[in-house]
Amino acid sequence: MTINGWIQIALFCAIVLALARPLGGYMTRVFTGERTLLSPVLGPVERGLYRVAGIDAAQEQHWLSYALAMLAFHGLGFLALYALLRVQAVLPFNPDGQSAVAPDLAFNTATSFVTNTNWQSYGGETTLSYLTQMLGLTHQNFLSAATGIALAVALVRGFSRASAKTVGSFWVDLTRTTLYVLLPLCMALTLFYVWQGIPQTLGGAVEATTLEGARQTIAVGPVASQVAIKMLGTNGGGFFNANAAHPFENPTALSNFVQMVTIFALGAAMTNVFGRMVGDERQGWAILAAMSVLFLAGTAVVYWAESAGSPVLNSLGLAGGNMEGKEVRFGILGSALFAAITTAASCGAVNAMHDSFTALGGMIPMINMQLGEIIVGGVGAGLYGILVFVIVTIFVAGLMVGRTPEYLGKKIEGREVKMAMLAILCLPLMMLGFTALATVVAAGLAGPANAGPHGFSEILYAFTSAAANNGSAFGGLTANTAFYNTTLGLGMLFGRFFVIVPALAIAGSLAAKKTVPASVGTFPTHGGLFVGLLVGVILIVGGLTFFPALALGPIVEHLAGGLGQTFAVGG
Amino acid sequence: MARPNSASLFSAALVGPALVGAVTKLDPRTMIRNPVMFVVEVVAALTTILFLRDVATGGANLAFSGQIILWLWFTVLFANFAEAIAEGRGKAQADSLRRTRTETMAKRLRGSGRDYDTVPGNDLKVGDVVLVEAGDIIPSDGEVILGVASVNEAAITGESAPVIRESGGDRSAVTGGTQVLSDEIRVRITAAAGSTFVDRMIALVEGASRQKTPNEIALNILLAGLTIVFVFAVASIPSFAAYAGGSIPLIVLVALFVTLIPTTIGALLSAIGIAGMDRLVRFNVLAMSGRAVEAAGDVDTLLLDKTGTITLGNRQATEFRPVHGVSEQDLADAAQLASLADETPEGRSIVVLAKDKYGLRARDMASLNATFVPFTAQTRMSGVDIDGSSIRKGAVESIITSVRQPPMASRGSSAALAYSPGVADETIREIQAIAEDVAKAGGTPLAVTRDGRLLGVVTLKDIVKGGIRERFAELRQMGIRTVMITGDNPMTAAAIAAEAGVDDFLAQATPEDKLALIRKEQAQGKLVAMCGDGTNDAPALAQADVGVAMNTGTVAAREAGNMVDLDSDPTKLIEIVGIGKQLLMTRGALTTFSIANDVAKYFAIIPAMFLVLYPQLQALNVMRLTSPESAILSAIIFNALIIVVLIPLALKGVSYRAVGAGALLRRNLAVYGLGGILVPFLGIKAIDLGITALHLV
Repeated sequence: MTINGWIQIALFCAIVLALARPLGGYMTRVFTGERTLLSPVLGPVERGLYRVAGIDAAQEQHWLSYALAMLAFHGLGFLALYALLRVQAVLPFNPDGQSAVAPDLAFNTATSFVTNTNWQSYGGETTLSYLTQMLGLTHQNFLSAATGIALAVALVRGFSRASAKTVGSFWVDLTRTTLYVLLPLCMALTLFYVWQGIPQTLGGAVEATTLEGARQTIAVGPVASQVAIKMLGTNGGGFFNANAAHPFENPTALSNFVQMVTIFALGAAMTNVFGRMVGDERQGWAILAAMSVLFLAGTAVVYWAESAGSPVLNSLGLAGGNMEGKEVRFGILGSALFAAITTAASCGAVNAMHDSFTALGGMIPMINMQLGEIIVGGVGAGLYGILVFVIVTIFVAGLMVGRTPEYLGKKIEGREVKMAMLAILCLPLMMLGFTALATVVAAGLAGPANAGPHGFSEILYAFTSAAANNGSAFGGLTANTAFYNTTLGLGMLFGRFFVIVPALAIAGSLAAKKTVPASVGTFPTHGGLFVGLLVGVILIVGGLTFFPALALGPIVEHLAGGLGQTFAVGG
Repeated sequence: MARPNSASLFSAALVGPALVGAVTKLDPRTMIRNPVMFVVEVVAALTTILFLRDVATGGANLAFSGQIILWLWFTVLFANFAEAIAEGRGKAQADSLRRTRTETMAKRLRGSGRDYDTVPGNDLKVGDVVLVEAGDIIPSDGEVILGVASVNEAAITGESAPVIRESGGDRSAVTGGTQVLSDEIRVRITAAAGSTFVDRMIALVEGASRQKTPNEIALNILLAGLTIVFVFAVASIPSFAAYAGGSIPLIVLVALFVTLIPTTIGALLSAIGIAGMDRLVRFNVLAMSGRAVEAAGDVDTLLLDKTGTITLGNRQATEFRPVHGVSEQDLADAAQLASLADETPEGRSIVVLAKDKYGLRARDMASLNATFVPFTAQTRMSGVDIDGSSIRKGAVESIITSVRQPPMASRGSSAALAYSPGVADETIREIQAIAEDVAKAGGTPLAVTRDGRLLGVVTLKDIVKGGIRERFAELRQMGIRTVMITGDNPMTAAAIAAEAGVDDFLAQATPEDKLALIRKEQAQGKLVAMCGDGTNDAPALAQADVGVAMNTGTVAAREAGNMVDLDSDPTKLIEIVGIGKQLLMTRGALTTFSIANDVAKYFAIIPAMFLVLYPQLQALNVMRLTSPESAILSAIIFNALIIVVLIPLALKGVSYRAVGAGALLRRNLAVYGLGGILVPFLGIKAIDLGITALHLV
């Protein structure tokens, strides 16, 4: 670890924090329907869209209609994307002549993008046409991100409203998020990335002759625009197979830094939106503080583990950090920080191979995801995910002040607890359940490239990433098989919608409640005490469940490494 | 507290039946009410069956499995014991109420005459009218419809002084089990056998009919959810072990599962609820539902009647304020003479003040040859005629009216008074000014005249109860707003409110105003508590979230409220709120403790369990437990014993002090959160040392 490295971490945090408030202010205006700077330009477009779709923007929805609208919208989106993948061979914008995608891979890919996971069982430049990338994937990158934000806003309305029947309109939230937030920011970022050297073209792959005279095919395409939304919308699906490690997706240290900031930007700003909408910005800062504590702790461990290097090599007398699977232009800090961010935020873009991290360095990304992607998290998804934990925290500890638990004036009762527990149950079921299946069936055991605990980690990581809707791959796992495509696809579906629907139910139930004015007898939820408590509950309720699995994967691998032991293939 | 307290938590009389109860509660139909413990019971039963099979077929490691299974059953039994002992304490309390009503015979009237049938009290139905004569026990709860009697209610209140019960007024309700001392009354029965207040109270502390409160239901959902999470965590382990090329014995998985699920709070949850009700009974308050006790903890606004709650019931003289030209001594002397024969508390307080302040000793009316002139509704004043002079005291307006008219000859005033309007008018203005001054300060002015000459004003004041200001400060610390309800005019009310330190007041309050105030507070999302006794309080009592009816009150009031205070002490609202808060806090503290325990249990069992797969995991054995078997056994023993250790806390409740929520949380979090993480590390290590020394594994 170096001073320079810590300064970069500090700088990263400072910029994200500095952006949270202005972005939050702007987004709050967007979601509450107030006039913004862009209204003169986008207002007519927005109204035009509503007219075409026959939407009455003033008509709000009950949480159930909101949920059904969201599910119907994604159902159709899934079918459209699936169809596109299956027939891309006969459609235009296919200069490299990509063939139709196989059914299991098409299912997996469609699910992956609809759920904002962007797990990639395919290699982008060798599987998908430009049309599929732009119309299918980039399109879903926008909409799945916008949906996450819309749902978070609906849940926030549950807290901010009193005795209300509705939680907003899904169509309006979706449209406004896309038009006013995602599109303008992505346009600016695209231009920035083009300046940094990322290609943006509809032309086919470039043929080059190397110095030795060999012919090389260099894949290009509309990369910059997709990179912009993949980071900003915490999607993470790369244009190229190598994702952000590819020099055309992430050419410079500056582009690397900006990509890291944009992964966190909207998620962090959402906490400010939350604070503003409930009328007390401190509440948002408290949530962001809890996220920051977990993030910094995780980052410190990854950075330390990668700087310390492999314990096996250390025990052989070789000192030095672990550079295996890392790009030299990013180095240890640039890779370790990126790994912590991308897994904390449900982005899933990678600029280094997590499979090649040290055992503990690779464990932190797993824990980040297993906690439920609530450390800043996916855009919107991070906020509603952590609010579910807040409800559990308030319920358990809030009783200790001698009142029925309340959060922001809303009483937390049976229904909220039931829905919060449903949402929390979903992740361990998907992550541990599918891992348990894959570790005993032949089709599952065929996947991992390594034996012993590391192979186990590869499987665990894959299902963790899918269910948490992260989408990053540990690597080393051959996932493009019918077994993995199907099980991972199911993990992504359940991991997304079995959290969203209970969260919406909570929104509906909270909105209908009265708001109790705060008094000195009310559990204060904006101070350090609450932040510490929230972190504790997240770790104990959300994290400890995975302790047995982690003990058998990265922990034992690390301990064995310290003893100079490795696990041979087949052993 | 009036009722003798059963001092010991674990007296032999309680423990015996509770031990039996712990076993009978193993009935799955009873257990299913408690999902967490039901799961433990099912797991214990299944492993017992497998164990018996292993014994028959000669399996390996039977001593170890046998001990684990034994402790699984102990876990369930300890939980049942906790509930049984809480019920036992509640029942002992209720039984002492019930004992007073050993099969009474009732005189059921046939018609409007005095003819009656003698029937057992249990056969009475709602609407029956019974005759209760001096010496009879009132057979059931009811309302006096005819007559007036003095009743000894010591059986329920512990207070031996008899109380008056009469038809028509606000004191018409009688409670079954109390005894009529004098006179006779006719009582219409309002509660059938088995549904009197006491019966309902007994039902609330008995497990079978106990309804779970909303908060308890929500907590049970959380605990069930956590249990399912740990099902996933444990059920996935066999696959993981298979991948690592080994297997984990079922009994070890079961041990891990049972230690992880929140058995501590699951075991104590119902005991906490019952103990909360029980604490109320000890305070002589009967709650009609557990929900009411919970609501008490949530109260945001407390409506308190001024008289009897904030002030002592009676006004007292505090000051003599003479008009210009009259000395205080003279005024005191006249006022004392006028009050000598006045038996009202106000009158007596004037005599006392005159003595305390001016050393005027009480004089004997007879030796002074004085005639007492009693208060009448017409004159609105009282006084004495002594040695030919007449002294009067009364409401300022009445006195002024009387001095404006020359005194009537019939009064026997021989002193021919030179009536000079000019002087009198000036004095009248002065008296009025003093009177207004007194009223502003929250007092009631009483004017005094001698022979038609205005002497001055005696200040009568509501005396605010000692220490009440501190109580209100405490309530404010708890975040509760207090509102004083009074019939006084706003000026007086404001003065008393300021003196007592209440947050707000409602002056010249009618029952409708009270109801409107409650609705207004509730519309803002606040919970309101109040107490009342009159029939006209009934709507407000029913509307309030916590309505405490006074036992002396009417049947209507008692039916409308959700608690009855047997001592009829309105100040108790404050204690009731405290008990509600304590109940919720105890639940929260033990839940936090239970969940925090998991950290240590993981560190005890995970390395022990996986050691056969990966010896390297020995590094996780941070407690340095002797062997895998001893580690697992220690964890499960700790898990069972902690239930017993925490029973006293569950029954007594965590200590509650009126400090802000932040301070309270910090303290409880340090004790039960951090404590919950650390205690099991120490406990498991200690048990491990013990079982190693005993060679149990």
